Amino acid sequence: MAASLSRRLRRVPLSVWLAGLLALAIIVAAALAPLIAPFDPTDLTSFNLIDAELPPRFSPDGDPRFLLGTDNQGRDLLSAMLYGARVSILIGGGAVMVAAVVGVGLGLIAGYFGGWVDAAIMRFGDVILSFPTILLALLVAGVARMLFPAASSAEWAPFILVGAIAIHEWVQYARTVRAATMVESARDYVRAVKVIGLPSRQIMLRHILPNVMGPVLVIATINLAAAVLTEATLSFLGVGMPPTYPSLGTLIRIGNEFVFSGVWWIALFPALLLVLLVLGVNIVGDWLRDLFNPKLRGRG
Amino acid sequence: MLALLIARLGQAVLVMLAVSAVAFGMFRFVGDPVSALSRENATVEEKQELREALGLERPVLVQYAGFLGRIVQGDFGISYRNQRPVAALIAERLPATLELVLVATVLSLALGIPLGVLCALKPDGIAARLVQAVSLIGISTPTFVTGIVLILTFAVTLGLLPSFGRGETVQIGPWSTGLLTLSGLKALILPSITLALYQLTLIMRLVRSELIDVLSSDYIRFARARGLSTRHIHFTLALRNALMPVITVTGLQIGSLIAFAIVTETVFQWPGMGLLFIQAVSFSDVPVMAAYLLFVGLLFVLINTAVDLLYALVDPRLRVRS
Amino acid sequence: MSAPAPILAIDRLRIEYPLADGGVLTAVEGATLSIAPGEIHALVGESGAGKTTIGNAVLGLLEKPGRIASGTIALDGQPFDPQKPGAVRLGRDIGAVFQDPMTSLNPLFTVESQIVETLRAHLPLDRAAARARALELLKAVGIPEPERRLSAYPHQLSGGQRQRVVIACALACEPRLLVADEPTTALDVSIQAQILDLLRGLADERGIGILLVTHNMGVVAQIADTVTIMHRGHIVESGPVAQVLRNPQADYAKALIGAVPRIDIRLDRFPMLDGANQAEAGAARDQLRAKALAVGDPSPGRDVPLLSVDDLCVDYGAGFLAGRGACAFRAVGGVSFEIRRGEVFGLVGESGCGKTTIANVVAGLRAPTGGTIRFDGQVIAGAEAAPRKGKARRAIQMIFQDPYSSLNARMRVGRILAEPILFYELARTRAEAEADVGLLIEAVGLPAEAAQRFPHAFSGGQRQRLSIARALGARPRLIVCDEPTSSLDVSVQAQILNLLKDLRDATGLTLLLISHDLAVIRQMCDRVAVMRAGRIVEMAAAETLFTAPQADYTRQLLSLVPTLERIRGEV
Repeated sequence: MAASLSRRLRRVPLSVWLAGLLALAIIVAAALAPLIAPFDPTDLTSFNLIDAELPPRFSPDGDPRFLLGTDNQGRDLLSAMLYGARVSILIGGGAVMVAAVVGVGLGLIAGYFGGWVDAAIMRFGDVILSFPTILLALLVAGVARMLFPAASSAEWAPFILVGAIAIHEWVQYARTVRAATMVESARDYVRAVKVIGLPSRQIMLRHILPNVMGPVLVIATINLAAAVLTEATLSFLGVGMPPTYPSLGTLIRIGNEFVFSGVWWIALFPALLLVLLVLGVNIVGDWLRDLFNPKLRGRG
Repeated sequence: MLALLIARLGQAVLVMLAVSAVAFGMFRFVGDPVSALSRENATVEEKQELREALGLERPVLVQYAGFLGRIVQGDFGISYRNQRPVAALIAERLPATLELVLVATVLSLALGIPLGVLCALKPDGIAARLVQAVSLIGISTPTFVTGIVLILTFAVTLGLLPSFGRGETVQIGPWSTGLLTLSGLKALILPSITLALYQLTLIMRLVRSELIDVLSSDYIRFARARGLSTRHIHFTLALRNALMPVITVTGLQIGSLIAFAIVTETVFQWPGMGLLFIQAVSFSDVPVMAAYLLFVGLLFVLINTAVDLLYALVDPRLRVRS
Repeated sequence: MSAPAPILAIDRLRIEYPLADGGVLTAVEGATLSIAPGEIHALVGESGAGKTTIGNAVLGLLEKPGRIASGTIALDGQPFDPQKPGAVRLGRDIGAVFQDPMTSLNPLFTVESQIVETLRAHLPLDRAAARARALELLKAVGIPEPERRLSAYPHQLSGGQRQRVVIACALACEPRLLVADEPTTALDVSIQAQILDLLRGLADERGIGILLVTHNMGVVAQIADTVTIMHRGHIVESGPVAQVLRNPQADYAKALIGAVPRIDIRLDRFPMLDGANQAEAGAARDQLRAKALAVGDPSPGRDVPLLSVDDLCVDYGAGFLAGRGACAFRAVGGVSFEIRRGEVFGLVGESGCGKTTIANVVAGLRAPTGGTIRFDGQVIAGAEAAPRKGKARRAIQMIFQDPYSSLNARMRVGRILAEPILFYELARTRAEAEADVGLLIEAVGLPAEAAQRFPHAFSGGQRQRLSIARALGARPRLIVCDEPTSSLDVSVQAQILNLLKDLRDATGLTLLLISHDLAVIRQMCDRVAVMRAGRIVEMAAAETLFTAPQADYTRQLLSLVPTLERIRGEV
């Protein structure tokens, strides 16, 4: 199997390469934002209201200082976008990691032990899943803000957002890992080590976990895209990152207020960056999913 | 069948109890109902009176029971923000959201299923590749970005369609509908497209992958070996098998469409329940939030139960047991 | 009287699969065969021989990108290109029956609608006439209560009934040729016998020619008129069944037929073409034996049975929260038997009889609902059993049916084999464990480099050897073998069975062998218990059981097994 996997890896389509490179480029640029951004959008002294709502450099009234124009407070939009992407990716990635760790752990336990442990975990997951991500996240974020006024501050909002997104996403990992664990547990190599008498923890971690990680990787990739989108949506609705420390969603929210007055760039450029990032990740995720789907194997 | 019905109803009741517990918890523990309801300069005595009047001194379980009792009677309390009964607010906003969701569902099914079939049957054709590529962009574009782009194009630049509100509505009993006036229909176009787009891609991709799976199954191979026509195999046999999971997903989709309507309604200032909810979140209007939660929870549970039963009716493996 | 014109004539057929790297894989080369009306022509061979490829080629269902490179296929003397749509009317001129009746029928449609749609696709019948014809067909394939079955869905039928419906569909438009690809492989012996009778009857009474693709020599002997043996894409021998099976000419045909376990007499070993590795393996096995003794397992008098199972009961689905609709199902009810030191004890029965459940309980994978199991006098399962740890657990090991799932694909063979050794602390150091692993690999007849590789580098038979090596690593006294060879080709099965015999002789092991294959049981076991529906119906020494069966069920089973000894047309 490993041999055929590496053979298939060599046949990665060009579109996937491009998508992967695009996503990677955005992620690297976001990570290096403090080094490459022309301005520091978090530094209140670096911008001036006089520069507010300047169009991009290539339009007739553009200002050469600001490549993509400025927002309503006179911040350089490109810098705000780079910093915003950084926030979006960190929150999305954090949510994916929290959800994956919790979901894989619970899925392994549910699938391996079965019985009432399984029933309890999975019924709880069913209840969670009967609410759409966005509603649950809105509730968690909204309630958190009411309980702790500090939750909407730039320091705490990212953690609230990670929790609000992960509370829904873990179920998907748990379901997948549980199903895979049940399949693997019934396979003879697991029965063999059970006959040997290895402790459950060792069987789960050393034998089953590596064999169920394939689908987890796929879900994590696709979920990274979904988590970035959810964060953007929450921020757009005003329960995410505050305007003082904007994510891409916050920037689009700010821009949305100016769309009708013909100031299109504040909303559109961050939206474009967001879509490109998510698209890149999604294309890679899609391809990975087909790669790991046994039903599609051998179709070239 | 009866056992399944009872089991599903039991599960539905359980979910509703959990939802109502969360709603009650928000009511009771999030924010302070006393300070929200009393006058600015209320005295300590007045506040204490209000506490007792609201029953906040009684044991929590008793309060919860009272809460449940009031809900069953349709009493969801008074909105903190505009001091009106929440039930009336929801009833007012409900038609707008349901009409939007209904139109979006019809749109996404009517386009999603044929496109999915196209991609599965001719996976290497130009049309299928194009649709696939567009669908990837579709699932990568958040609803609000779609909405903003549509507004910029059709409302701001071209000035063809309205960018906010429902247009004129007609009152039929308690229901206000926008489906009967030209301006109402025009106002519906952009929001329903926005809302449908994401679901459309999901349904299309699901139909495609299910149909591909079914087409590689043994019974389709056997159908070919029996000499049945390709058309018959594709559209009568395989499509029916492939559409089974679509039933379930469409049910879930209607649920999440109601939730996604929050975003669409915000972008288009559509006066539905979603807009009501998001305003309640930003004003900490707990009774409205709790009522919305309960209401949406109930809708989900009803839809999911209906879908499960429908599925059992359609799938002979569940319908008849030998 | 001259021979009738053949229904199907295949001439020098060559089938290729273009590879991604530009090369070509030749799946079938120069295949020539013909089928007369009323003739059942068996196409046999091991996996990868190309027999199914020929069947698919005739049906025009070659998997992409396979193609017919040269040669012709002719139906009733008319050559046709099966890959061209409409060249031959599938379902009208040629009917097909596939291996798995569970998946051949569409679960969402009734039996009636599936037969009727086939009829109406080819014949100008109205609904009522088609329905009447469907009813006739169900009667013809021997389905009880055909009127009621018409409105049934596939999941409401048993496996045998489903295969009958599949055959009815294939026969609907009275094709002259039937291509049956392993039509009975997924079925139990008694159902298999009925389906084979049905096929034979169709050939005799309706003069249908049948191309029967199978791996089972017994099936060939029972119903085929002619047989073609294939090996790696080539036909190695072809002729009347009696002649080929009794007196094969080609070396490969001899080896293949020699490897089929016989049910009439017991042989010491299966005849093998190659006897390599024997000497080294022998030395390794002697060392293993010495090591096993060194662990200090006592060997008390022969009078105490090694394993005794007393009134064992196992129920399924009887737990709290077991889910709705689940009711307790008694898989094993009141089973008692003893296994003596050094013997090979066989448990045989059809699917669902409870034999695998017993294997799981003995190996400690499942707790019994009632009864006790004693090992060496000590209770290891049942109400008063102590938790199975250390020596008691180590003493019973297991080998499994599916060689492709019994080794963890993500671990190197060396690590897989070392795991039990290290876990039971049978080696003081890692180096010592590695040396033991080397010994084990040698003992099962594989090269020492095997330890460095991953399981996917090995064939099914080699993996089964590794699985045996892992079980041996724990230095057990009893090995539970659960259908150890039923997913292997017959020649590989012979090697593995020989290996088990040799190891038993060399190390003094005791074996509990679970199998559905009476011939394998006959060749391997000293004593045998026959199971049916969770109970033992007969238990006796193997010789007695096979020569003078007492229970009706045993006699029935023995009479139904298709074997090489009973060739059609011979008495």
